[in-house]
Amino acid sequence: MMWSSDKSFLMDALLLHRLHFAFTVIYHYLFPQLTMGLALLIVVLKTVALVRHNERYNEAARFWAKIFAINFLIGVVTGIPMEFQFGTNWAQFSRFTGGVIGQPLAMEGVFSFFLESAFLGLFLFGEKRLSPWAHWASAFLVFVGSWISGFFIIVTNAWMQHPVAYKVLPNGSFEVTSFWGLLMNPWALLQYAHNMSGAVITGAFVMSAVGAFYILEKRFDEHARIFVRVGVIAGVISCATQIFPTGDLHGRYMAKHQPAAVAAMEGLFSSQAGAPIVLMGQPDETTQSIDNPIAVNDMLSFLIYGTTRAEVKGLDQFPRDQWPSPLPLLFYSYHIMAGLGTYFVLLMLVAVFLLWRGKLFDTRWVLWPLFLSFPLPYIANTAGWMTAEIGRQPWLVYGLIRTSDGYSKNVSAGNTLFTLLGFMGMYTLLSILFILLVYRTVSEGPSASAKQRSAS
Amino acid sequence: MGFIWFWIVAVMLAAYVVLDGFDLGVGILHPLLARSESDRQIMLRSIGPVWDGNEVWLLAGGGTLYFAFPALYAAAFSGFYLALMIVLWLLIMRGASVELRMHIDDPLWRSFFDGLFFLSSSLLAVFFGAALANVIRGVPLRADGYFFLPLWTNWRVGPQPGILDWYTVIGGVVALVALAIHGGLYLAVKTEGDLQDRARTFVRRSWAVLFAITIVSLVATIAVRSDALANYSAFPLAYAIPIVVIGSLGGMLYFCRGKTDRRAFASSCIYLSTMLVGAAISLYPRLLPSSSDASLDITVQNALSGPYAMRVGLIWWAFGMILALVYFVVIYRMFRGKVTLEGDGYGH
Ligand code: HDD
Ligand code: HEM
Ligand code: HEM
Repeated sequence: MMWSSDKSFLMDALLLHRLHFAFTVIYHYLFPQLTMGLALLIVVLKTVALVRHNERYNEAARFWAKIFAINFLIGVVTGIPMEFQFGTNWAQFSRFTGGVIGQPLAMEGVFSFFLESAFLGLFLFGEKRLSPWAHWASAFLVFVGSWISGFFIIVTNAWMQHPVAYKVLPNGSFEVTSFWGLLMNPWALLQYAHNMSGAVITGAFVMSAVGAFYILEKRFDEHARIFVRVGVIAGVISCATQIFPTGDLHGRYMAKHQPAAVAAMEGLFSSQAGAPIVLMGQPDETTQSIDNPIAVNDMLSFLIYGTTRAEVKGLDQFPRDQWPSPLPLLFYSYHIMAGLGTYFVLLMLVAVFLLWRGKLFDTRWVLWPLFLSFPLPYIANTAGWMTAEIGRQPWLVYGLIRTSDGYSKNVSAGNTLFTLLGFMGMYTLLSILFILLVYRTVSEGPSASAKQRSAS
Repeated sequence: MGFIWFWIVAVMLAAYVVLDGFDLGVGILHPLLARSESDRQIMLRSIGPVWDGNEVWLLAGGGTLYFAFPALYAAAFSGFYLALMIVLWLLIMRGASVELRMHIDDPLWRSFFDGLFFLSSSLLAVFFGAALANVIRGVPLRADGYFFLPLWTNWRVGPQPGILDWYTVIGGVVALVALAIHGGLYLAVKTEGDLQDRARTFVRRSWAVLFAITIVSLVATIAVRSDALANYSAFPLAYAIPIVVIGSLGGMLYFCRGKTDRRAFASSCIYLSTMLVGAAISLYPRLLPSSSDASLDITVQNALSGPYAMRVGLIWWAFGMILALVYFVVIYRMFRGKVTLEGDGYGH
């Protein structure tokens, strides 16, 4: 049930607060995933440039720094609303849990945003004034800052998925009981590994897509080969770690701690031994079955427990009011993520094989998919987050606070819709500006950025 | 513990106002002082490498507020819902206009972002001033600890005020003028030649306005909140604050006339921070007073997080602040000196 029946469509405050948060955070995360992925790859480029004294790699780094800067800006301006929305839209939740998750959020500001913003300024504007090593160090610190930032935000989210190291105070709110317990939440470590690997996938696909595009266009050949080489090698590593071990471990841990979510993700309505894995199909909540299933028998039991005979809990084990909703969206999100993950590994394996044989740059039927696939990691990452967040429903903090108890009851549906529409308008404008500027940067190409710098 | 965290949050927010304040001030003055494309570029470059870091003080301060006083964060952020959302939109526009303007060399593109930069900076200054005035005036808190304020009602300071009423508008104007002057003094430090002269002239001409409106706002505060001076009577030492405020105002004019721009800018920093400290003193231990019933006030005691969190927080916070200060020193040293258009552009 997405909205209560006594309310007309889009006038239910709870639904609107959820949409508000979902829209703004999904949009925000389109940018940090590239920031974090690219930050690592820029460090790789700078390192090669320094170690091999290869000026081409420095030019490549400069080109990506331009795109990084535009992307970072949008990440920053859309991130600020996220930080505020805990209070504006989820006041009741903030009031009770601020004593726990306020800590990682405050730490993110204090430990990573200062670092990132300071050294990004140096990295972008200081190349002339810094020694090559100092410039490398500023790139490295930007990378560290963005990855720390990801860590703290994941710690925050992980606590909502799997609360640890807390106690309840007399007034009903939560207090953290162990600083390290909170930061070292096992859920957070798994989630972090999986999520960061996903960010590297985005960076790798974007970099190799631009390279493949130039090669297909027969422009900027030298730089293009660097992009494809670095992108494909980073891609094959991160795509592999995305599934194994990080995705696999994460899934098993979830089966233990959020069994209802796993049952819904897999579309398993009734418990069974030798549970099948459904590769495709459409869940029907009223008949509690999957339409048009394409399934592999016993596979789910095997993936979770390592034996085909193990029993997997189905949704029938859980009261109806504890089913995640909207259930079909959860099912599709999960399948989109896992399906794309499989495609990524295959594509990158082929590409790296051809790279190794020295044929990749002439193999157009592989360069085309490398070029066209860059939007897919964004879809996979978003689908992954939707899996995590819808899977957590109906809980806001798993097992402790229901989503329906956490929102700002003093902010009416009308006000929420107003600001949701405002954000949609604002972000449409930002998207247009972003695409325009990145398009111009890519069409000018890396030689332009090389020339521009040496001329000034 | 509550006392310490109250001042930690207050100092972080004051650091935000002093630092991002000059970025906003440069935005407010942008159409007024810049006569040519090169002026406009120099003004933007003067804040280019630092504005984002300055803005982080707002985030870090906000995050710390959330951590230390969750009940305050919950009540204030949801209660001022619309005003905060507008602030967020303005912050987005300000960030975009600073960073995107330079990317395309086209007069229309650049004019568009110039306009946006001015508009968002000015409105942000007004909203921040009004926000502080709202906190001083108090809000109609309910027994459940929440409230909701529309943007405006009848513009009166009554039991059902809006976010904007005559008193908070005065607060907004103080912030607008004070930050414009703050930005002008920053530009006097960072630029040379005509632009620098115009910045100094602006400060000299508008100084009287700031002086008058500061006095008006102090009087209005006492009229709106009869208990505003209670803490001052309890600790007479606090009366040093208004004296420093007046002194720093004088310093701004004196040093600006004498063309010792750094000192003038320092006076402006002192002016802004003592105004804020003065407000914080009159609030303590309240964080968000009720406009009708003092027993409903949100205070340091009833909003503070649990004791363990607060103790451990002190350790990592102190550690993080040391790091942050090191970064700021490094950055401001790297980009010290006058801004010119030659070279790689930032700093000298
Ligand atoms: C490029 C992106 C990408 C790809 C290819 C995959 N994932 Fe993923 N996945 C994410 C990106 C992602 C993510 C966006 O990073 C999430 C959201 C929350 C998180 O920490 O990671 C996520 C969440 C997530 C969750 C839910 C965690 C939770 O509820 O907290 C599971 C069980 C998996 N993943 C498992 C997998 C498996 C078995 C994959 C194998 C094919 C896979 N993911 C591919
Ligand atoms: C970038 C990655 C993220 C994405 C794409 C994402 C996505 C979503 C989505 C789709 C929802 C709506 C779920 C629903 O209504 O059923 C949601 C809700 C929410 N998420 Fe996330 N989320 C992300 C990260 C985070 C993080 C890091 C946090 C915490 C720090 C967080 C906290 C919340 C909260 C408080 C809600 C509202 C309550 C709810 O509906 O569950 N999210 N998110
Ligand atoms: C509710 C969730 C979130 C909140 C409250 C939030 C908050 C913020 C804020 C305030 C900024 C601007 C920082 C600045 O001024 O420098 C930002 C940027 C950033 N965020 Fe988020 N964020 C959220 C989700 C995420 C997620 C899920 C990730 C990654 C795992 C992430 C990673 C980053 C990174 C790396 C940046 C740096 C700027 C950029 O990359 O574009 N954020 N975030």
